[in-house]
Amino acid sequence: MADNNQTARKEYWRANLRLMLVLLSIWFVISYLCGILFVEELNTIRLGGYKLGFWFAQQGSMYGFVIIVFVYARKMAALDRKFEVND
Amino acid sequence: MELQTLTYIVVGMTFAVYIGIAFWARAGSTSEFYVAGGGIHPIANGMATAADWMSAASFISMAGLIAFYGYGGSVFLMGWTGGYVLLAMLLAPYLRKHGKFTVPEFIGDRYYSKVARIVAVICLIVASVTYVIGQMKGIGVAFSRFLEVSYEMGLLVGMAIVFVYAVVGGMKGITYTQIAQYCVLICAYTIPAVFISLNLTGNPVPQLGLGSMLTGTETYLLDRLDQVVTELGFAEYTTHARLSTLNTFVYTLSLMIGTAGLPHVIIRFFTVSKVSDARVSAGWALVFISLLYTTAPAVAAMARLNLHETIQPQNAENLAYAERPAWFKNWEKTGLLVFKDKNNDGLINYTADPDTNEMVKVDRDIMVLANPEVARLPNWVIALVAAGGLAAALSTAAGLLLAIASAISHDLLKGVIRPDITEKQELTASRFAMAGAIALAGYLGFNPPDFAAGTVALAFGLAASSIFPVLMMGIFSKRINKEGAIAGMIAGLSVTLLYVFQHKGVMFIASTSYLGDMRPNWFMGIEPNAFGAVGAAINFIVAFAVSMVTKAPPEHIQHMVENIRIPSGASTAQSH
Repeated sequence: MADNNQTARKEYWRANLRLMLVLLSIWFVISYLCGILFVEELNTIRLGGYKLGFWFAQQGSMYGFVIIVFVYARKMAALDRKFEVND
Repeated sequence: MELQTLTYIVVGMTFAVYIGIAFWARAGSTSEFYVAGGGIHPIANGMATAADWMSAASFISMAGLIAFYGYGGSVFLMGWTGGYVLLAMLLAPYLRKHGKFTVPEFIGDRYYSKVARIVAVICLIVASVTYVIGQMKGIGVAFSRFLEVSYEMGLLVGMAIVFVYAVVGGMKGITYTQIAQYCVLICAYTIPAVFISLNLTGNPVPQLGLGSMLTGTETYLLDRLDQVVTELGFAEYTTHARLSTLNTFVYTLSLMIGTAGLPHVIIRFFTVSKVSDARVSAGWALVFISLLYTTAPAVAAMARLNLHETIQPQNAENLAYAERPAWFKNWEKTGLLVFKDKNNDGLINYTADPDTNEMVKVDRDIMVLANPEVARLPNWVIALVAAGGLAAALSTAAGLLLAIASAISHDLLKGVIRPDITEKQELTASRFAMAGAIALAGYLGFNPPDFAAGTVALAFGLAASSIFPVLMMGIFSKRINKEGAIAGMIAGLSVTLLYVFQHKGVMFIASTSYLGDMRPNWFMGIEPNAFGAVGAAINFIVAFAVSMVTKAPPEHIQHMVENIRIPSGASTAQSH
């Protein structure tokens, strides 16, 4: 039983790390790639009055951050229930 | 009603609310004093965190920075919000699960070492004290500008208010006042922005107005702004990065890591009742912060456009100095706008060329402060902006003071010097520590040290290079031991401090920059303010290397790490 518990905990932690990795990649893409490294390329595309790269740097990245944190909270809550480690 | 009277009434009303909350939310135990009893609703905590986080600098100075840097100002927007993603995933839930009162306490437990705890206390106090100086100055400045009382008098009133609700209410009082302060500051920030956006573009949502066409034209606002500023010889607004791309990258990363590592923000997440609440609460904090942070670029661009178009109307001669609008005169009085007629033609010539430019000083703070007047909004909006600036400064000051006070009474006194004191004695001690911290902050506000200007950057650098890496490794690695953590903190901190001091002078005294402030000598072109991320990388590397050659942490510590990774079994934050 104790062993089962140990494996379940390890699995839970791995699932958490996987989710984190995916979300941190998105975090990196919307800020560091779209807002900084590839800003000039994206600026050739327009979003209404915004140049797209500029929009990512001053608007889009922040909307993305908010979504990322809520997705993380939701998915983790589901994971907590699945592995019965919820508080 | 006269503006002066109205401002007194609005500011007075908000202060009465803060004091009222203080007496309603008295702290009766150490748990209430340090973590507000641990039962704060995640949305309420999100709001309090937003006020705790958004300082006088965010409220008053940030839009101005963006107005003059354009795209280059994006580092502050991305850096100061992206840190919450790191906080929500890498730190807050696990530190909440550990269930202690302070950040150094976690470091002391995880690295089974009083030395590590004391090093963490030192990092915390240096980072928080440097940060609080800026808030005290903000309080004094806001008072002197809007209420026409002296800087010193304003500072005293501000200290008295914080004293009442922080000493009496502790974290509990601070939490509820921060919620009230958030409401005041967000209204004060967004109302003028909505009206200005409506004036210029017909769209009441500033975030959309910024991407819209100017009313009555087929020209987009940002295109017009780019055209206006480049014609005057300034850098193009939407594309000009201040320094190299690498610097922008590293600066953004430093601000993100620093944000996640600031103790006064982290301890806010100790006040919610569950691990899952800590995650959700970080999301709400970011929502409330982003409301202001996505409005700021609109305020910045619209204020810059308004400023140029007032001085250089389209298809017309420059504005005659004699015909300048009332707000121009008002802000000249404060010395934030200075005009010098170099060619004696009576016209205002505002260009990028320092030889012919006659707007010799345009302080960036006026971008927010003068906004309501430029948009001809009613006096009560101007009064609200005054109350908003004060709310931003007071809420951040209170959060920082609590972090300092709890480090002294809980980590140093109860943790190291006198572990045998009772809870009641500790509560008394924490109130004294709070009073002492307020006195120190006030003293530094009255006599701002020479290095005051560079202090906020220093606080982020310290948090990024010392606190964040040790916390993260403490959760994500079972192998990092006390030798590694202590060596890592000291290495990260020293490298960052040495780099900042080398270029800006020891304690920011310019003449002592031992190798000279040499931009050509910047390490890979990275400016000193952006160096926290490099310090953090060194912290990680040193901690890892030292841990590998010393012995692994004891078994019970490895169990502790496994335990904080699992949400179940979290209790209300407590001391034992």
